Amino acid sequence: MRILTVVKQVPDSNATIKVKGDGSGIETAGLKTVCDPFDEFGVELAVQTREKRSDVDEVVVICLGDDSASGVLRTALAMGADRAIHVNDPKFESMNELFDAWVLAEAIKKDEKGFDLIVCGKHNIDLDSGAVGPALAEFLNVPHVGAVQGLEIADDGSSLTARRRIEGAEEVVECSMPALLTIEKGLVEPRYPSLPNLMKAKKKPVEVLTSADISDADASTAGTDLVSISPPPPRPECKMIEGEPEEMARELVKLLREEAKVV
Amino acid sequence: MEPVDPYDFFRFRDNLTEDERQVQDTVARFVDDRVLPTIAEYFERDEFPRELIQEIAELGLLGCNLEGYGCGGLNHVCYGLTCMELERGDSGIRSFVSVQGSLCMWPIHTYGTEDQKQRWLPGMAKGELIGCFGLTEPDGGSDPGTMKTFAKKDGDDWVINGAKMWITNGCLADVAIVWAETDDGVRGFLVEKGMSGYSTREIKRKFSLRASVTSELFFENVRVPDANRLPEAKGLAGPLGCLTQARFGICWGVIGPAIACFREALEYSKVRVLFGSPLSHKQAIQLRLAEMSRQITMAQLLALQLGRMKDDKVMHHTQVSMAKWNNCRMAIDLCREARDLLGASGITVEFSPIRHMLNLESVITYEGTETIHQLAVARELTGAAAF
Repeated sequence: MRILTVVKQVPDSNATIKVKGDGSGIETAGLKTVCDPFDEFGVELAVQTREKRSDVDEVVVICLGDDSASGVLRTALAMGADRAIHVNDPKFESMNELFDAWVLAEAIKKDEKGFDLIVCGKHNIDLDSGAVGPALAEFLNVPHVGAVQGLEIADDGSSLTARRRIEGAEEVVECSMPALLTIEKGLVEPRYPSLPNLMKAKKKPVEVLTSADISDADASTAGTDLVSISPPPPRPECKMIEGEPEEMARELVKLLREEAKVV
Repeated sequence: MEPVDPYDFFRFRDNLTEDERQVQDTVARFVDDRVLPTIAEYFERDEFPRELIQEIAELGLLGCNLEGYGCGGLNHVCYGLTCMELERGDSGIRSFVSVQGSLCMWPIHTYGTEDQKQRWLPGMAKGELIGCFGLTEPDGGSDPGTMKTFAKKDGDDWVINGAKMWITNGCLADVAIVWAETDDGVRGFLVEKGMSGYSTREIKRKFSLRASVTSELFFENVRVPDANRLPEAKGLAGPLGCLTQARFGICWGVIGPAIACFREALEYSKVRVLFGSPLSHKQAIQLRLAEMSRQITMAQLLALQLGRMKDDKVMHHTQVSMAKWNNCRMAIDLCREARDLLGASGITVEFSPIRHMLNLESVITYEGTETIHQLAVARELTGAAAF
């Protein structure tokens, strides 16, 4: 069995995001980035699957991103992936998850042996559209189960049973393999890469693919166009009401009626 | 120009290699996720978080800058960065790692026989075996030359009598590196848990390093085979060599609490409104924040240069003394200042300055007090020892 795990470099959730002046994107200079936490679940799942089973030949990690994304690949390699594919070309920079999925699919198709299991995060915390996983499954023509919280793979590796939580119930899905899963929080707890493994990860192979390797890389697929990004409006100033409880309540009702116009 | 990072004012991180940055980020994340959420409670309960030992070992932090025997083989700057991040969590956690790596694994690695290395180091790197370091005695820390613990040769064995005090990890330890006077000068011995006549007692009721085990060690006719002596350690240079390693880690470590306290003080000053405007808009507060930033910056650059010298094998122990003196003084003053700046909030367990400030009372004292390091630097300058 061969497992592929898809990772993306995203801004650290604690970082302060600054929108570019022209609204075309966000400022990346000085921005702290990390491996998407949902994608890390995928890497952990892949590594744990290999640890549990004797039939996993290879765990490969793939990332679409610029030079700085190599740190994310190294983290995944230090967690236990065997080798990496870095899809890196200025032509592939986009804010369109469908296009990202298409580029990833073309890169994956170049691997002759193919993959039995492909895992992605449920969504990425940057653009938050959750489109990469399902779109990638579509481009690769494999079944997809989203937001997986429980997983059993058949002993012969031909099928899997995935559990996912839906409104008020749990859904159990059986699916033939190869298949693509997107992973929800709670299925696995990602490990910290140990410091010696971080050093060893440097020696693991990283294959770089550019637009020269991916046919018709200029082809634009149907998808979304990012029109603009703008920061959320500043929070209006908080008004503190002071006085005795009765006075405060009276004042609050008055403001709700006259200023906020909600009662 | 992009704005300056308040916690890395002089782009100290630019001078780190990609490896070093990844090491720092990995340990930082571990500290954020696993140490910070619970450490204040451990401190309050006067308890060392023992369950972290395994996780720290799995990260590869124990003896990470030693080669072979299951150790990490990282450079000394990486070791410094791990100390800095761990101590940003709590000095007790960093102390545990310092003692295990620098004070126990390092002397076995440096002064020990091949058998001793094989027997102890892999298990210590995995956190399965814990060590402690017995040099300080009840009657004196700064003057180890007067130690009373004595090891007498008896056939092929040694018989040790005496006591050690203020020993981090003492009650946890499977092996104690014990320094004792002999007829031939100071020697180091591996005293094992369970050896007849060897006992330990925890020192409680501390106001500092509460999330760390501090102990007394007692030796009453403890019979130790010569195979447990560290053959390459001769005289006081043996234990002092260990201390240089651990002090190196402290020089880096204390930057962690300084940054943690500065961050809380800076954030608090921006939201705390007094007399109609945030504290951060007032000159008196601004001067103090600018001073904190200046102090941290100098300590970062000093630590980095010290680390580069150590990696280049040109570091002198007096340079470690100067850095320990400077950086501990910087950290304790800064944490006290941050405690003050937080007003009444600063005395609660909800904020870190008072915990760090209390911990640093130990850190500025152990492994050479400030005065001892000042005198060590002055001895280097003048050629005259004036201890």
